[in-house]
Amino acid sequence: MTKYIIRRIVYMFITLFLIATATFFLMKALPGSPISSASKLPPSQLAVVEAKYGLDQPIPVQYAKYMLNLAKGDLGNSFQFKNASVTELIMNRLGVSVLIGSQGLILGVALGILLGMIAALRQNTIWDYGSTLIAIIGISIPSFVFATLLQYWLAVEWSIFPVGLWKDGWMSSILPSIALAMGPLATASRFIRTEMIEVLSSDYITLAKSKGANGFEIAFKHAFRNALIPLITVLGPLAAGLLTGSLVIEQIFAIPGIGEQFVKAIMSNDFSIIMGTTLFFSVFLIVIIFVVDVLYGIIDPRIRLSGGSK
Amino acid sequence: MSLDLKKIPAESFERVHIDSSHAERISKPSLSFWQDAWLRIRKNKAAIASIFILAFIIIMAFVGPMVSPHDAETQTITHANLPPKVPGLEKLGIFDGVGTLAGKEVDLYEMKKVDTYYWFGTDGLGRDMFSRAWEGTQISLLIAFVAALIDMVIGVAYGGISGYYGGRVDDMMQRVVEILYGIPTLVIVILMLLFMEPGVTAIIIAITLTGWIGMSRIVRGQVLKFKNQEFVLASRTLGASNGRIISKHILPNILGVIIINTMFTIPTAIFFEAFLSFIGLGLQAPDASLGTLINDGYKVIRFQPHILLYPSIILSLLMIAFNLLGDGLRDALDPKMKD
Repeated sequence: MTKYIIRRIVYMFITLFLIATATFFLMKALPGSPISSASKLPPSQLAVVEAKYGLDQPIPVQYAKYMLNLAKGDLGNSFQFKNASVTELIMNRLGVSVLIGSQGLILGVALGILLGMIAALRQNTIWDYGSTLIAIIGISIPSFVFATLLQYWLAVEWSIFPVGLWKDGWMSSILPSIALAMGPLATASRFIRTEMIEVLSSDYITLAKSKGANGFEIAFKHAFRNALIPLITVLGPLAAGLLTGSLVIEQIFAIPGIGEQFVKAIMSNDFSIIMGTTLFFSVFLIVIIFVVDVLYGIIDPRIRLSGGSK
Repeated sequence: MSLDLKKIPAESFERVHIDSSHAERISKPSLSFWQDAWLRIRKNKAAIASIFILAFIIIMAFVGPMVSPHDAETQTITHANLPPKVPGLEKLGIFDGVGTLAGKEVDLYEMKKVDTYYWFGTDGLGRDMFSRAWEGTQISLLIAFVAALIDMVIGVAYGGISGYYGGRVDDMMQRVVEILYGIPTLVIVILMLLFMEPGVTAIIIAITLTGWIGMSRIVRGQVLKFKNQEFVLASRTLGASNGRIISKHILPNILGVIIINTMFTIPTAIFFEAFLSFIGLGLQAPDASLGTLINDGYKVIRFQPHILLYPSIILSLLMIAFNLLGDGLRDALDPKMKD
C-alpha cells in the first residue's frame, strides 16, 4: 500500500512537471504577447516593460526561473490586474467556484442516489423508466443549454431567482448549482441502479431475506451500503465534469469564479493567469483522482491496490 | 377403456434408438454474433427509435440546406430577426411569423413586407436559420465522426500492441499512458486550441489528443484477457503468425467492445466541440457549428429565442440518440449479458 502511494505520488509530480513545461512552451509559442495586444508602445518603452517582466531574457532562462518559482509555490504575477499575484487572484475567486461546485455535486449525487435506488427497487416499472429517462436527459443535454433554459424560464420569465451576477448572496448560487447538478445526478443514478441490482441478487441479500428482514431493512442496511462504495470511483470523473461545467456556467450566470477568470485570461492573452489556472486545475484533478483511488482501497477491502497498473 | 394391446399389430411400433452421433446436434439454426446482436437490439425500443432519429438528423444535415429556398450564407438585412413561419402550420396559430415587438404581438413578416417563409426564422443578419442549423449539424457531425474514428484507430493500435506484446513494451507504453492519463483533458484541449489556428482540424486534433487513452486502456485489458486463452494458444501451436492471430482471433472477439466504446466517444466529441465553440474557442465565423449557433442564440435569447431553440433541440436530440443507441449496443454486444 505504502509502495503504491509513493509510486502514485512520483507519477503525480512527473505529470505536473510535464503539464507545467508544456504550458510554458505553448504560451511562449503563441503569437502575440499580453503587452503587444494591450497598447502600442514605442520600441524603447516596450523594451523597458519587457525587461520588467523578464520577457527579454532567453527562453531557457525564463523557463528555469518559472520552474524555480513554481517549486516555491509562486505562480507569478498577472499582466492585466495591476501585477496582482496569480495565487492571490485564484484564491480570491476560488470560494465562489467551490460553493457552486460543491452545492451542485451534493445536490446531484443525493438526488441521483435517490433516483437510482427507486429505479433498482422498482425495476422495470414506470418508476424505473422515469428515472432512466431523467438520467439519459441529464447526460445528454449539455450543461450550457440546460443552464440557459433555467436562466430564461426561472429567472427572466418568472423572476423567481436572480438572473446572474453575484449580488443576491446565496440566492444567486441556486440556479448555477442546479445547472451543475444535472451531470452528477445522471451519473450517480445510473451507477447506483446498476450496483443495487447487482447487490440485490447476491447471496447475502437472499440470506437476509430468508432470515426475515423486511424490505426496507434489506434495501438500506444491506444493499445500499454496499452499492455506495463503488460510487467513490466516479467521483474523479465527476469532479472533472464539474470543472468543465463551471467554465461555461460561470460565464452564463456572470459569476466571478475561477472558470470565468480563466476564459477571460485566454481572451486577453494573460500568460501568467492561464498558466497558473491550468496548473491549479491540473493539481485539483490529479489530487482528487489520487485520493479517490487510495480511499477506495481503504474502504473496500476487497480491492487490493498493488504495484501493477489497474 | 381397457385396450386390447394384442389387437395392435406389432409393426406399428418402432424401436427408438438413442443415436450418440446426434447428441450434439443443435436444433436451432446457429446465429452469428451479429445476427444475435441484431435480434437483441431489435427488441430495444429506445435504441431503434434512436437509429431513426439519427438517420433523420444525418439525412437532414445534408438535405436540409438544399431543400430550403434560402442560402445559409446570404445576408438579407431587411429580413433580419424573423420568427419561424411554416406554410400550412401558420393557419393553426403556430409558426405563423408572429413575434413580439416592443411588448406587442405583431406579424413581423407582414410588417417587414416579407412574402417568403423562413421555417426556423432568421438571425440578426437575416440569414436563414433552417439552412444554418443543418449546416452546423453537418460540421458538428463531421468533427464527432472524425474524432471518434481517430480515437478508435490510435486507441486500438496502442492498446493492442501494448497488450499483445506485453513485457518491456507493455511496461514502457503503460508508463506513458499513466502520465498522460493524469493530464486533465479540458486543460490540454484549451491549451492546444490557443496554440493552433482555430478551425475544424484544430478541434479534431485537440479532442483526439487525449481521447484515445480510454480506448487504449480498454483494448489492452481485452487483449490481455484473450491472448492466453486456449483457442489462441491452439492457433499459435499450429503455427499461426502474430498478424493472423490478431486479425482472425483477437480482433473479432473485442470488436463489440470497440464499437460500444466508439459509440460513446461520438457524443462526447459532439459535446466537446459545442462546449469549446460556446466559450469562444471553437470555430470562428463564418464557419458555424451547433455550438457556435447556440452561442449566438444565447446572446439574444431575450428577444429572439428561436435562434437558440432549434440548434439546441438538434444538439440535445443528437446527444440523447447517440447515448441511447450506445446503451442499446452495449446490451446487445456485451457477451457478459448473454443468457
